[in-house]
Amino acid sequence: MSLIDWVDARLPVSKFVKTHLSEYYAPRNFNFWYFFGSIALLILVLQIVTGIFLTMHYKPDTALAFASVEYIMRDVQWGWLIRYLHSTGASAFFVVIYLHMFRGLMYGSYKEPRELVWIFGMLIYVALMAEAFMGYLLPWGQMSFWGAQVIISLFGAIPYIGEGLALWIRGDFVVADATLNRFFAFHVIAVPLVLLGLVAAHIMALHEVGSNNPDGIDIKQTKDDNGIPLDGIAFHPYYSAKDLVGIIVFLFIFSLILFYMPEFGGWFLEKDNFIPANPLQTPEHIVPLWYFTPFYAILRAVPDKLFGVMAMGGAIVVLFLIPWLDRSPVKSIRYRGPLFRIALTIFTISFLALGYLGTQPATGLYTLLAQIFSVLYFAFFFLMPIYTSLDKDKPVPHRVTGK
Amino acid sequence: MNKIIVLFTFLLSCLASQPILAASSQLQLDPVDIDLSDKASLQRGARTFMNYCLSCHSASFMRYNRMGKDLGLSDEQVKDSLMFASEKVGDTMTVAMLPEDAKKWFGVIPPDLSVISRARGTEWLYSYFRRFYVDEGKMIGTNNLAFKDVSMPHVLWQQQGYLYKDNGGHLATASKGTMSADEYDMMARDLVNFLAYIGEPSKIQRLALGKWVLIYLALFFFVAYPLKKVFWEDIH
Repeated sequence: MSLIDWVDARLPVSKFVKTHLSEYYAPRNFNFWYFFGSIALLILVLQIVTGIFLTMHYKPDTALAFASVEYIMRDVQWGWLIRYLHSTGASAFFVVIYLHMFRGLMYGSYKEPRELVWIFGMLIYVALMAEAFMGYLLPWGQMSFWGAQVIISLFGAIPYIGEGLALWIRGDFVVADATLNRFFAFHVIAVPLVLLGLVAAHIMALHEVGSNNPDGIDIKQTKDDNGIPLDGIAFHPYYSAKDLVGIIVFLFIFSLILFYMPEFGGWFLEKDNFIPANPLQTPEHIVPLWYFTPFYAILRAVPDKLFGVMAMGGAIVVLFLIPWLDRSPVKSIRYRGPLFRIALTIFTISFLALGYLGTQPATGLYTLLAQIFSVLYFAFFFLMPIYTSLDKDKPVPHRVTGK
Repeated sequence: MNKIIVLFTFLLSCLASQPILAASSQLQLDPVDIDLSDKASLQRGARTFMNYCLSCHSASFMRYNRMGKDLGLSDEQVKDSLMFASEKVGDTMTVAMLPEDAKKWFGVIPPDLSVISRARGTEWLYSYFRRFYVDEGKMIGTNNLAFKDVSMPHVLWQQQGYLYKDNGGHLATASKGTMSADEYDMMARDLVNFLAYIGEPSKIQRLALGKWVLIYLALFFFVAYPLKKVFWEDIH
């Protein structure tokens, strides 16, 4: 009896590999947009591994944190590489996740029967935002401190319990040592555990119902005599070989940034974060990192603080509801009518514009633009039941087109 | 598809080249040539730094021996000609001035300069060193166009001489220094180059390693892509 058989009799290793890789049948027509799931998984591993090595030298103490990061950058062997992998990886994670989510919007991957896949994905996104937000406090630079100060104070806008809640989150009256310590605990243990669990659930839910594809056709409707979808191919070796190519291209771009522009012009590592946190000196502009700026713009577009916070939270909550807001029988944008195409285009422009406006001072024209784009952002969701039911969708073919 | 990739790359490069938030002052900064492979320049910058900066400002994340190694100097050379403030060559660049005294004398504690080039930017630093001018209204007698009402005196006045601000807001020579304008610019450039170096000493390694990683990935691509082609031959 071979070792594999011995193990299989006790633990279903071969069965697991078959179910999720060698006999998981994915549609054969995946395009460029389908690389980002695998790449996101790669970055998750990268962040965990580099994070482990960073914790070996990082000190979560307001008196030592800033210096310990510079110690990693200078005195720790390869510390600079580990740190840049982690900081560049954080931004790359969001680039990839946003593209991954956009793919879902384009091809209707959230629609029945993949609602739970979408919900788990959204939960991952929210957990990732919490992870990034708390991680950004750790270098204890000016932007770390003031970014956290601003965002935590938002909880203070909640009536009655707000101030107490903000105090409870900080563990002090201002962002301080207690805050840094607990954010460290959340960043390195609590949230990563949640993330891993959610990622497992995301993939299990996906493999239960099968992957969507650019045509939005259910490949399980046409199967051969063995019960294998005619348009399906085994994930391994077909997509493992294909994703490897995508991953290499991704790593090439990633390395280009990591080695030649790790600050990415101040977008990945902000200039002000090279100044140690100083609670007595507010920076001229407090700018969150780029991946939060669309929501930051929505927050500032609303004149009232409480309603601003609600709008910002709502902007994320509506994303959860999209499987039920979309009334179209068609999944993929390829066979949707003009209304959805226009709506998605306006939404994409609004999201990018809000992202830009979130980095600019909230004055005059910029505030007006942020208000307009916020309305358009929400209109995409709230009007979705209407325009998706009125839309003139095209007939959907029975088999995938192979494009 | 290709259009989307091209567009995406284009947008990324636009973003990267654009400063996240331009400083609110409409200050035009002087461009400066930063070259970390120019060891002579870094050594000259180190000399200026040790002689003129490191009595008030520390660079407390930077070690002397690391600097020596990167600048092509032996420990003895560093000890003999660049170490005035410390005993051991493995020490970091700290200063003896107490923060309380600094506060009394200058009104502020002079910032640590380890990562100042990454916080301020090299062009700003270069402009700053070149734009001190005589201002009778200030207690220290000088002011700076790049940093209004700065508490730091014009430390390099002997070399540059003094400038004054004319009615148009431009700087002109008030009294000559020991250096010509070009020589002084060179000195300022070397100093900024050195500050850029101590801002990120591992940048030298980073740039050196980067090309090998990219070459490796490029070679890997030419293995992985044909492999994918072979696997996919029977599909479609």
